[in-house]
Amino acid sequence: MTDEFNPKILGFLCNWCCYAAADAAGVSRYQYPPNLRTIRVMCTGRVDAAFILRGFVEGADAIFTGG
Amino acid sequence: MRPRFIDADKCTACGLCTTYCPRHLQDTFNEGLNLTRPIHIDYPQAVPATYYIDPAACLHVTEDTCQICVPVCRSHAINFNQKPKVKKIAVGAVVLAPGFGKVPDSTLAKYSYGVHADVLTSLEFERLLNPSGPYQGNVLCLSDQRHPKSLAFIQCVGSRDLGCGNGYCSSVCCMYAIKEAMVAKEHDPELDIIIFYMDMRTQGKDFDAARKRAEEQFGIKFVRAKVAGVTPWGAKGLRLTYSTMDGRHRFDPFDMVVLSVGLDAPKDARKISKLLDVELNKFDFCRTDPFHPLNSSQPGIYVAGAFQGPCDIPESVTQSSAAAGIAAGLLKKQRGKGYVVKSYPAEHDITGEDIRIGVFTCHCGINIGGVVDVPRVDKYTDGMENVVYHSESMYSCSQDAQEMLKKTIKEHNLNRVVIAACSPRTHEPLFQETLKDAGLNRSLFEMVNIRDQCSWVHANEPEAATEKSMDLIRMAVAKANRIQPLAEQTVPVTDKALVLGGGVAGLTAALTLAEQGFHCTLVEKEAELGGNLLVIKQTIEGVGTAATLKKLISRVKSSALIEVITKAELITINGFVGNFSSVLKVQEGKKTAEHTIDHGVIILATGGREHKPAQVLGQELVKSKQIITQQELETRLFGKAKKRAPSSVVMVQCAGSRGDDLNYCSKVCCNHAVKNALHIKEINPESQVFVLYRDLRTYGYAEEKYQQAREKGVVFIPYEVDNKPRITKKGQKVEISFHDPLLQEDVVMQPEVIALSVGIVPQGTEALSKLLKVPVTEHKFFMEAHVKLRPVEMPVAGVYVCGLAHSPKPLNETIVQAQAAAAKAAMPLVKGSVSVEPIVSHVDQEACIGCGLCASLCPYQAIQIIKVDKKRKAETIVASCKACGICASHCPTFAISMGGFTNEQIIAQIEAFGNSIEE
Repeated sequence: MTDEFNPKILGFLCNWCCYAAADAAGVSRYQYPPNLRTIRVMCTGRVDAAFILRGFVEGADAIFTGG
Repeated sequence: MRPRFIDADKCTACGLCTTYCPRHLQDTFNEGLNLTRPIHIDYPQAVPATYYIDPAACLHVTEDTCQICVPVCRSHAINFNQKPKVKKIAVGAVVLAPGFGKVPDSTLAKYSYGVHADVLTSLEFERLLNPSGPYQGNVLCLSDQRHPKSLAFIQCVGSRDLGCGNGYCSSVCCMYAIKEAMVAKEHDPELDIIIFYMDMRTQGKDFDAARKRAEEQFGIKFVRAKVAGVTPWGAKGLRLTYSTMDGRHRFDPFDMVVLSVGLDAPKDARKISKLLDVELNKFDFCRTDPFHPLNSSQPGIYVAGAFQGPCDIPESVTQSSAAAGIAAGLLKKQRGKGYVVKSYPAEHDITGEDIRIGVFTCHCGINIGGVVDVPRVDKYTDGMENVVYHSESMYSCSQDAQEMLKKTIKEHNLNRVVIAACSPRTHEPLFQETLKDAGLNRSLFEMVNIRDQCSWVHANEPEAATEKSMDLIRMAVAKANRIQPLAEQTVPVTDKALVLGGGVAGLTAALTLAEQGFHCTLVEKEAELGGNLLVIKQTIEGVGTAATLKKLISRVKSSALIEVITKAELITINGFVGNFSSVLKVQEGKKTAEHTIDHGVIILATGGREHKPAQVLGQELVKSKQIITQQELETRLFGKAKKRAPSSVVMVQCAGSRGDDLNYCSKVCCNHAVKNALHIKEINPESQVFVLYRDLRTYGYAEEKYQQAREKGVVFIPYEVDNKPRITKKGQKVEISFHDPLLQEDVVMQPEVIALSVGIVPQGTEALSKLLKVPVTEHKFFMEAHVKLRPVEMPVAGVYVCGLAHSPKPLNETIVQAQAAAAKAAMPLVKGSVSVEPIVSHVDQEACIGCGLCASLCPYQAIQIIKVDKKRKAETIVASCKACGICASHCPTFAISMGGFTNEQIIAQIEAFGNSIEE
């Protein structure tokens, strides 16, 4: 099963909500797949559409925004 | 002070001790629904985030054995030598906030509580629904962990119940039942939920909307009934016996029953009362009076939260701000004493220096190191762009690690620091403090979260977690190569306030500010101060208002710190928190003049007034002298006429509110009706008084007055929305017809007076909303920054709200809210400056084309358009900026950059994300 699709996901997380929730998931030891890499922003309002396109250019299979 | 047997400074909240502790303990935080260990933390977000040992259950404390936790704890935080301590503190004021107590189990017995496992209290159900609760938020029967198919909420358990001595309404249960029901439906949409209630008391701001949502979107049913009891039924189920309005008894089966238990007085209420010599009321809550809702009977001792009386979150938060503000006024001579300001070495200027990055990877004991291969991660950083130093540490947050970090920064001339450890949300300030101690600007720091968001959530995938850590560190180093020192800014504050509105809210706010020692200007648009209190003659408690209002006005007028300007209104306002400049238009005789006032903060207390409905009960308002409003009735009752108390009166609740003209509940009308009904009965006991209502919302202690009114013969008859009473004119008389659900027939009456409870509307909020660029709700009340947590602050910094302009509310709540708004407004005035986080936005005015898109999008009004050499340019008002970056992401010419989150930095992170690990 090594050729199973394992997407590379880039995430933009709002400091006040989603990033905090991701911390809380850790504190509660919830387990989730390890293929997300995150960038913390102070608000998802900071996420320029260009960042998302750039993410795909750099090889992301999916972009996650949490805010 | 009881010992926690754990040193809070050393505990890293890793939780390893709990996994080793051999003994079980019922988890009281989760209402005993699951097990924990004697060494534990109540819940993940507990403050402080430090574990503690329950001495009653710990094997070492009770049996002098075990101590297994001691060697397990890598940070040596466990200390069994801690002893109970007695600490003496000299204080000038005390705030009592002990919360509420539980309704005794004996009251719950008739619902088979304690007999059948699937009968729960609402508190237990709350924990059941919680992701950190016993079933991770799944709705399961406690008896056999099956998914229940039907669930009943029973309201007023231990409230409005003379049987258990609680003759008051707990005010919060209707709303929390609706919330819990909606959450349960979210978890399990198949679940059938019925809420059995007497009156649905969703009287708070926009609470009716929540009830509507529960009914329409979630399909939750509401049944008006008296529940007689709950008994076990069949093999697993429960049977609920209830009687409906028509007097019929019914039985229905349910899988689960939730008892909406009321708020009792705190269990130590009498002890507190004795200890501090403060008086309690008849229900064992703290005794206060409606004009001083937070003052106990003992000067200098104040009360906040449910001990003052049952109240919900926004009310508690408001009360706590207000109590703190009153205490601060009392103690103003001590302000600024008793602390020293920390000093730092001069900041090292890094201009022109080569970038020298240090990367520190933390094991966090075994929290990270047990999953992530830290030595491999550390080695991976070797040779990264401009990384001149890297190392591992066991606990990078420990005191000795901070000393080590300072030393390393100096020895290796580091000018950028990357720490891969836990979350910046918890630890960034600590490391930034160390940077400042080492003479570095605190913005030259980047943190990588390889614990909370890596090792803890990928505990069984060490290889993947290690790779993720390496990726995240590579991205952080890419960013660190592009970070610059950011200036620490502070903006001075004009230590004066402007209060708009001279009603009881504005008067109270101005006086509270003056008591804290601040100048303020109180602006009233009428000629006279007093607002609605000029016509409201007494409170529902039966206390006259005139004397208190007179005293309040004279205190305001005689205060050297308060300038009162009447017949005036605000016409323009410029500036931002700490630095507002307002222009008032003042009527002076026949002329108008303009006054300019500089102030640091502004409180909106513009009030509201009785609504004048066009639509009543779904029909056009019938005009007749016999049809009057509750306020007009009150005025008549306080008049001198002999026949001022009508011989017969029908009061109609929600006439114009809740779906007629106004689509919200005005909170005060039910109390107003009960107050007037009692007053009529007092003057003329023979008078026939009928109250037609939808839900009688005499919440809190007003419930007692409702009880009294019934005892005095006032007849309360509910009506349904789809069968509203009808008012018609019959010659000189008015006639009202309605359905009586008890008699099960239609009734026609020709009373002397029909009194309409017409509701409350805000005044002038729309115009002010445009001037101040602050939001209003769909019902035109000012919208606070956060309904629960920031109830008196507006989203625009330096602007506060209180009184009827915020939402309809009775006198005591208005006073508390005004005190709270003043307390919050005093904060920037006390500080004397507004400190600005260095991450705020910055506009490059060379690149700015003045399109104004940023200013229109900014939710905090933190960008203004100015003229530079006759060209429009955007400029950040740093004191108002919250660093969200909406402006930066929308600027068409990339003229706006965010401190610490520049385009360049984020793009570098994205690029580094793309570069895969090469080994």
